[in-house]
Amino acid sequence: MKKFGILGIVLTAILALLVACGDQGAAGGSEEGSGGDTGGGDDGDKRHAIVFKSTGNPFGEKLMEGFEDAVQEAGGEAILRAPEQPTVEGQIQIIEELISQQIDSLTIVGNDYDGLEPVLTKAMDRGIEVLSTDSAVNENSRMVHVNQADPEAIGRIQIEAVAEMIDYEGEIAVLSATSQASNQNLWIEWMKKELENADYENMELVEVTYGDDLRDKSVSETEALLQSYPDLKAIIAPTTVGIAAASKVITDKGLQGEVVVTGLGLPSEMAEYIQNEVSPWMYLWNPIELGYLAGYTAVALSDGEITGDVGDTFEAGDLGSYEVTETEDGTEVLLGDPFRFDIDNIDEWKDVY
Amino acid sequence: MTEKNLLKHINLANISKFREFGLLGFIVLLAIVFQILNPAFLTFGNLADLTKNTAILSILALGMMLVLITRGIDLSIGATLALSGMIAALTVREFPGLSPLLAILIGIVVGVICGVVLGFLVSKVGILPIIASLGLMNAYRGLTYWISGREWVSAYQMPASFKDIATSSILGINTLVFIAIMIFLFFYYFVNNTITGRQIYALGSNPDSAKISGINSHKVYMLVYTMMGGLSGLAGVLWVSKFASAQGNTASGYELTVIAACILGGVSINGGIGKVTGVLLGAVLLGVLDNGLPLIDVSPFWQMGIEGAIILIAVLFNTIVKQTVEKSHRLRRVI
Repeated sequence: MKKFGILGIVLTAILALLVACGDQGAAGGSEEGSGGDTGGGDDGDKRHAIVFKSTGNPFGEKLMEGFEDAVQEAGGEAILRAPEQPTVEGQIQIIEELISQQIDSLTIVGNDYDGLEPVLTKAMDRGIEVLSTDSAVNENSRMVHVNQADPEAIGRIQIEAVAEMIDYEGEIAVLSATSQASNQNLWIEWMKKELENADYENMELVEVTYGDDLRDKSVSETEALLQSYPDLKAIIAPTTVGIAAASKVITDKGLQGEVVVTGLGLPSEMAEYIQNEVSPWMYLWNPIELGYLAGYTAVALSDGEITGDVGDTFEAGDLGSYEVTETEDGTEVLLGDPFRFDIDNIDEWKDVY
Repeated sequence: MTEKNLLKHINLANISKFREFGLLGFIVLLAIVFQILNPAFLTFGNLADLTKNTAILSILALGMMLVLITRGIDLSIGATLALSGMIAALTVREFPGLSPLLAILIGIVVGVICGVVLGFLVSKVGILPIIASLGLMNAYRGLTYWISGREWVSAYQMPASFKDIATSSILGINTLVFIAIMIFLFFYYFVNNTITGRQIYALGSNPDSAKISGINSHKVYMLVYTMMGGLSGLAGVLWVSKFASAQGNTASGYELTVIAACILGGVSINGGIGKVTGVLLGAVLLGVLDNGLPLIDVSPFWQMGIEGAIILIAVLFNTIVKQTVEKSHRLRRVI
């Protein structure tokens, strides 16, 4: 019994330590998150709120920055909020507050697909236009979803890129995340469809391997590809850890220029390898543009210009005209092709996310 | 009659003594199979990759061996590795001019502190190692996220000198491999030729009589967990340097791979048994599997299955040998 008593004390101490850590970490981030919250002011301007997953996330900061730009361009007021921890509870609390502030629209980046349904339906019942972006919520919880890029474009663009890098000739391989990752598998399907095009008849996809988004496994898989296919010209890695691990292997082996790497990766992780030209360029979503489009979608909804039904069209500032399209689950507005990161713009993005 | 028994005993002793040769034979067999299926396996380049990728695992497995010999276990090493790697990475990000040796030292110090905490909980407070290290695993992992602010330290934020730790060579041998060899030699000497080394075995095979015979068990427990922590810290810096990226979830679950390497190498979870050469071979076997399976065209589902089956076979083999030896001991006592 004595042992358990002491164990209890120690575990409590550890818990207390963790809670203390959590509080401090959150306190550091919340300041940033609420920085854009310009508060009330009933001066007739429409008020558009965005609730991100959590504070202190560089991707989220950029997303909210784009949202704020769009709303201000349209003459509205932007309210930027995020809970301290990426939880549903935190988001529900914030949304309740926003409902009582009688905002005009609410853009949610969901921490859960279904969990926000009660509070979001409540918001819609009170006449607030609700839309989701980046990370969707279910069909019943929102009027429209603003999506980054569709799987087809993501798959096809990577093949187009790799073809340009290797002059439409040679062996290519794919280094994916886990073999069950639904995103990656869908993109790879589209890559294979794109490869059926006659332009790519001299290119061959020799293998699809899975690095499980683990550094060590991704490195082993890349090394195995290089050993098994000495004539390999390119590796496509549609995953952050994979693309960086593959680039690191190519760098260490001094194969710059012989084997190129492209795919989807974080600019910060890839800055080194874009600068040393192992990866001429790669893709990811542009959070600022995504936030900007979400901002204009929110404005269009609250102005009654669109209702979130298929076929609605609206102008999204500098981005041009957009149409609401149908998906498997509700309707969406599609931003378009993923953003290209290359040696000319990587410096401005590597510190962003 | 006695002669026959004696003969049998010698044979069995040989098996348990030369168990490492069995493992070595298995590795050779596996290598031949891989070589037949993909001729790229036994090339200089691939073997260099293999040894480089196995270095970190073998460093950790040697530390884990000592912990297992004392009938303990340390589940927190993956988190310790991540924490010390992250702290080293954050330090070199802030001070790019820092000597890589100092970065390694920082990692080791962080690891030692983590190990001391666990050693204290196990030896002084008397918490079961599996529970104490499970708790600390989560605590250290959480600390890693907190310190890093959930962000990664990427390649461009690390100075070249830091990344060179993993890519440079000492005496023509890759630094990672060189460090692993040095640690192997040290351990070989330490467990076989020093009093403390032998005390670890004594405490593991029979804690009560070890204490009665005057071995300071607290000191020994403290020592093995501290050494394990220090090695995890070292491995953390090497890991981050090798992959040029520090994430909060680095090496998550890696402790199980390390324990698997020890078990493959003949270390007994029940304590008291384990050899440095065996553990090294266990790590090499896992390294060969990790390197070879991607080279032959098997589906990722099978890769995991094959790895699991091989571990099970090795453990079964180990148990059977042990049971037969014990049986023969009992028989001799009767006669």
